[in-house]
Amino acid sequence: MTPTMTENDRKNILFLRGIIKRFYIGQPNELQILNGINLDVSEGEFVSIVGASGSGKTTLMNVIGLLDRPTFGKYIIDGVDIDRANDTELSYIRNQKIGFVFQTYNLVPKTNALKNVELPMLYAGVPRRERTERAEALLEMVGMSDRMKHMPEELSGGQKQRVAIARSLANNPAIILADEPTGALDSKTGRVVMDLFHRMNEESGKTILLITHSEELANETQRIVSISDGNITGQRPGSGQRIYHAPVHEHPAGQPILQPEEQPQPVGQPVMQPVGQPQPAGEEAMVCS
Amino acid sequence: MLLGENIRMAFTSLRANKSRALLTMLGIIIGIASVIAIMTVGNSLTNSLSDTMQSQGASNISVYLTQREPEEDRRENGITFGTLRSQRNPNRSDLIRTEMILDLREEFREEIKAISVQQNIETVTVKAGTSSADLELSGVSNGYFQATTFELLAGTFFAPEDYAAGRPVIVVDEKFVSDLWDISPEDAIGRSFTTQINYSAAELTIVGVYKSAQNAMALLYPSRSTNAYVPLTYSNELTHQDFYGGFDVVASSGVDPNELTGRIRDYLEGYYRSNDFFTVEAFCMASLVESLGQMLGTVTTAISIIAGIALLVGGVGVMNIMLVSITERTREIGTRKALGATNASIRVQFITEAIIICLIGGAIGVILGLLLGALGAKLLGYPADPSLSSILGSLLFSMFIGVFFGYYPANKAARMNPIEALRYE
Repeated sequence: MTPTMTENDRKNILFLRGIIKRFYIGQPNELQILNGINLDVSEGEFVSIVGASGSGKTTLMNVIGLLDRPTFGKYIIDGVDIDRANDTELSYIRNQKIGFVFQTYNLVPKTNALKNVELPMLYAGVPRRERTERAEALLEMVGMSDRMKHMPEELSGGQKQRVAIARSLANNPAIILADEPTGALDSKTGRVVMDLFHRMNEESGKTILLITHSEELANETQRIVSISDGNITGQRPGSGQRIYHAPVHEHPAGQPILQPEEQPQPVGQPVMQPVGQPQPAGEEAMVCS
Repeated sequence: MLLGENIRMAFTSLRANKSRALLTMLGIIIGIASVIAIMTVGNSLTNSLSDTMQSQGASNISVYLTQREPEEDRRENGITFGTLRSQRNPNRSDLIRTEMILDLREEFREEIKAISVQQNIETVTVKAGTSSADLELSGVSNGYFQATTFELLAGTFFAPEDYAAGRPVIVVDEKFVSDLWDISPEDAIGRSFTTQINYSAAELTIVGVYKSAQNAMALLYPSRSTNAYVPLTYSNELTHQDFYGGFDVVASSGVDPNELTGRIRDYLEGYYRSNDFFTVEAFCMASLVESLGQMLGTVTTAISIIAGIALLVGGVGVMNIMLVSITERTREIGTRKALGATNASIRVQFITEAIIICLIGGAIGVILGLLLGALGAKLLGYPADPSLSSILGSLLFSMFIGVFFGYYPANKAARMNPIEALRYE
């Protein structure tokens, strides 16, 4: 079935059709990692991707995060067909529309927390004062306001990940891509990080893609996509309910830092599909063989 | 991205590895310092030498007796038996006579300002109590003092009547009066002393005291004896000779000395047309100064190029360390790319870093080079004369080295695959 632009597609922020990724093309050890992935993610959705090691979920994340181009297939992110974008344009989309959170934090060493959060804004050309103000506000939101001038080497794992989350929000992107964000953390700090993702999703309507090994964490999301051997083997709705945990730091009242996207989402009313109902555009994306 | 941010990032990265940054700069520092030092010494030497030549009359025309080109003894059968004539000494009839000089003066009345003739007499010893001093005595025409720069401290050069009458008056060096009597130049005027010239006693009266020469020649060849001058007329009497091996001509201002040189040569050759062995030659000092300066410049440039090789090696060092730094920072580069850095902004970041290393190294090198150059010039006894162009040139060149040797590593960083860079351990 040829996908057509319907009313529902307008809210589709990620649109993947027949994504194939091959490595070592033309060589004897040619390898196909993704075997034609179809996936749609609508704006404001909180989706988790689960799969064993080597299932291709990280490759899929790299494609979605524009760090890699698919060998074949159509990928439209927030209305931009990446086939038509050159490397510089991809850099711009990464900068403006995507926030990355890595398992290994990937803070720039010898650069303090504040400067790390400023980095995406630096590449976006935001003036210095504005940059600093926003970075300070974001660090305050993740509860790191007392460690702004600390170097990454002086922070604990959980603190580093909170800085990384603040950094992913710097340019107020629509999509957050989190690759095993709690993988290197103990369960308690992992909980703090997860709560931050829930808040980003609920309060600001961020679309979140979470790669995880943990069934428990995956269940908290609205939709769980299972990947095995480069194929989507199943999708099922999650509870969408987080295990409640007291926020690390109260959000300053009346000053939302996470600005909602063009269509404001009422705080506390996440965009989520009622459990048991089909996802928008789900019928196309659901089955891959 | 903003230049200021790039510079800030470069300094952050340099601060993180201070000793490494310094060692990397060392190559640039040594290279730039040696270029600047050599340029400074060379520049001082050139300026000082040309000053010396100028003081000895760069626009003067030297006229001297010279042997004709020897002819080869070529027989009819084509066999060559070597040169026909060997070196021979000129005899009286070959030398330049006073009348020739007077005729020349008359012929080129307008063009010639003065004629300087010098006749060496001999070195005489003057005693006063326990101290003694040597005088290299020569008879000179009044033009001698115009052809050569003399600074009189006291008294005058020869008065016309003294010169015409060939009176035993003398112009001496300040060193002579202070060595012999330990008196000031003013007090020496009018003082007479006796000495033996050509086996006969002579009493000489000091009429002028000149300032000791402060030039390269005097410093290179320090001497116990000093030069002293008596009128040429008096010297002719003493030596019973009035013919010379050569003389100098001072051209009037506005006359092209090179052109005049040719005319003087042509005029004087007339006297030697029938002389089989000797003729006169004339040449202009200006051309000598020019070629000497050129030669020194060439030597300086040559040594600078060798020093520039040190700079090149330093540049390779910068490239090497940038490559190491980029490998170390692979993950950081991957992260930056994920956060939206374009290839161009990564490239600019690392080129800026290389330029900053080279510029700081260059600036330290310039300071060090100026100090070394000043020290070198001082040791050689010249005033240090740093050339501004070489300083600016060196800074620009070190910047160029930064761009040149920084480009390859920076480009490597820019073209890194973000996924591999992020996965790099």
